Amino acid sequence: MAYRHSIAQQVWQFADLRELMAKASPARSGDLLAGIAATSAVERMAARMCLADVPLQRFLDEALIPYETDEVTRLILDTHDRSAFAPIAHLTVGGFRDWLLSAQADEAALTGIRAGVTPEMAAAVSKLMRNQDLVLVAKKCRVVTRFRNTIGLPGRLSVRLQPNHPTDDLRGIAASIVDGLLYGAGDAVIGVNPATDSIAGLTRLVHVLDEVIARLDIPTQSCVLTHVTNTVQMIEQGAPVDLVFQSVAGTQAANAAFGIDLAVLREAREAALSLKRGTVGDNVMYFETGQGSALSANAHHGVDQQTCEARAYAVARAFDPLLTNTVVGFIGPEYLYDGKQIIRAALEDHFCGKLLGLPLGCDVCYTNHAEADQDDMDTLLTLLGVAGISFIMGVPGADDIMLNYQSTSFHDGLYLQAALGLRRAPEFEDWLRRMQIAGDDGRILPVTPQHPALGALRQLKVA
Amino acid sequence: MDQPTSTNAAVHADPWDDLRRHTAARLALGRAGDSLPTAEVLRFSLAHAQARDAVHVALDTTALQAALGDPGNASGEALCVHSAATDRATYLARPDLGRRLHADSADLLRARASAHDHVTCDLLLVIADGLSSLAISRNAPALVAAIRAGTPADWQIGPLVIASQARVALADEVGELLGARMVAMLIGERPGLSSPDSLGIYLTWAPRAGRSDAERNCISNVRPEGLGYEAAARKLWWLCGAARKLRLTGVGLKDRSDDASLTADTAAVIPPPA
Repeated sequence: MAYRHSIAQQVWQFADLRELMAKASPARSGDLLAGIAATSAVERMAARMCLADVPLQRFLDEALIPYETDEVTRLILDTHDRSAFAPIAHLTVGGFRDWLLSAQADEAALTGIRAGVTPEMAAAVSKLMRNQDLVLVAKKCRVVTRFRNTIGLPGRLSVRLQPNHPTDDLRGIAASIVDGLLYGAGDAVIGVNPATDSIAGLTRLVHVLDEVIARLDIPTQSCVLTHVTNTVQMIEQGAPVDLVFQSVAGTQAANAAFGIDLAVLREAREAALSLKRGTVGDNVMYFETGQGSALSANAHHGVDQQTCEARAYAVARAFDPLLTNTVVGFIGPEYLYDGKQIIRAALEDHFCGKLLGLPLGCDVCYTNHAEADQDDMDTLLTLLGVAGISFIMGVPGADDIMLNYQSTSFHDGLYLQAALGLRRAPEFEDWLRRMQIAGDDGRILPVTPQHPALGALRQLKVA
Repeated sequence: MDQPTSTNAAVHADPWDDLRRHTAARLALGRAGDSLPTAEVLRFSLAHAQARDAVHVALDTTALQAALGDPGNASGEALCVHSAATDRATYLARPDLGRRLHADSADLLRARASAHDHVTCDLLLVIADGLSSLAISRNAPALVAAIRAGTPADWQIGPLVIASQARVALADEVGELLGARMVAMLIGERPGLSSPDSLGIYLTWAPRAGRSDAERNCISNVRPEGLGYEAAARKLWWLCGAARKLRLTGVGLKDRSDDASLTADTAAVIPPPA
């Protein structure tokens, strides 16, 4: 079905919903690269005005990627909940924005419609929302998940401790863990990106992380971020796996490029659940996503990268993850060119993820060939903190020496917690207090060479 | 008056700086309140500035030619070509344009090939800015010298080509137009905060437009702090020899230059045309 909109006697026409969505999307390099972006600022506004009048129901009638050929489309439409959709079924996309911002859309109402919102609806309304709208509505959404602690409670901000090392040197990884724990980081997960792909090497890492957590009785979880099939193999061999990691994308073909499908993810989740290692909950999955992944796999079907990203959240939410992380600036300037595009994309991702019911965190990050710097990251970090982001990354000094990009540091976590009065996951906060790493107010305490926590950490035998 | 000091009571030091011996990660940085001390903010920003300059400083092709010495070319000059990406901003946003030659450059190479009656060479070296011109200006002259010094007797190296605003795949079109049996692209890699000048070598058998990255072999992190020039040149010549025997590069050619045995896993790739 074609869509039309007239501005000053000029008629703008869009062949289908897919083209309308792409042309309505805020400008970014990835959509330009794909050749699907609006060709002028006025065309973009014509598309937005046209999109504002599209009924939400239309997204259930016109699939952007065919149902017959894409299992993500099938997942989205087959699991759509008509009764959850009922309160918003009469709305257009523009009306949906107004409703989301209204007092009527409180935490309970937003939780209530979750299963009735498709990723395409979330993506569509985000294209009509300004940055402040994306912040405000995301802040009203509440998503709480649990494994050995509780993530996503109001007024809380968790941090993933990311102790990467270019050769997986165990002492090097342990050194970064010590640094992070003494800075109060690690309640989201202690998660390593391994350099190795060998099961033996990966298993060694799983054991080291388990050892650290068990010896010090830390109420947190570990993850070695390797391919899901590697993790399943480790579980079968009896390795102490807490969370199963996988990168996911919003189309079947892009997921195939990652070497996965929904069945593989289902099998992996079952394997992790069978270990029963969670103490306060059973959210066992950790997903990562990022705008541009479908395009880079040449698997975007002409759908804009932000809508593809929202569809990845439909994949993630089908598996009740503990954490879902949009790695927003990692992929490079051909997808998100500069600080402005990275910031906008991160706010869209966080809004769409939270609206769809995901525990969304963000790797606030950039590469050296993007037009971005630490000031852009500070701006984005602060905006996401205000928007109620579930977790961020913690990398020593923000410099990931294995993946060669800049993320956020342990200091950045302290900054955000101090600036906005945010606390860590309650179980982890109690542990930091017991270890005398943080005081009753949650602030980090000075560490002397005789500090008991430093002594305990130094006694960890990992090599 | 007392000297101003950079070590002041406002900064908490972290008494685990000894752990830095295990990792290059930025550990035990200390803090001013909850924030980074001034010295680390400046140190980090300098590293970022170096990486940024590495991305944005244009390749000085004149200086590079002078540093490279004899280009192995009758005219005494290297062949300078440009991709279809007209400037750095376009280059960064449009990787597809960086993989194609500008029309004028394609004409130049065609003219050169017909003037020399399409004489083929065994190995063509293309030197390209990629994402770090710094990697090229610092490392390419010495690396090219090491490669030339290691040339086996029966190998003919083609004229040096210097490419601006180039991605790896640009060498496919260059090699095809100049009739090279294989092409080695020496290119500036995506700069890291602690490695702004890392050079990568991509070897492609039977270059032609449309080759995929799975059809190349890569030698990465060539720089004095990483893989040295002599070692990189030896590795390249090992791969070149293996490629000539197997008539392919890529996933079917496993780099065993360290154990010097040569086997092929040819099932994984489509054989290139003769």
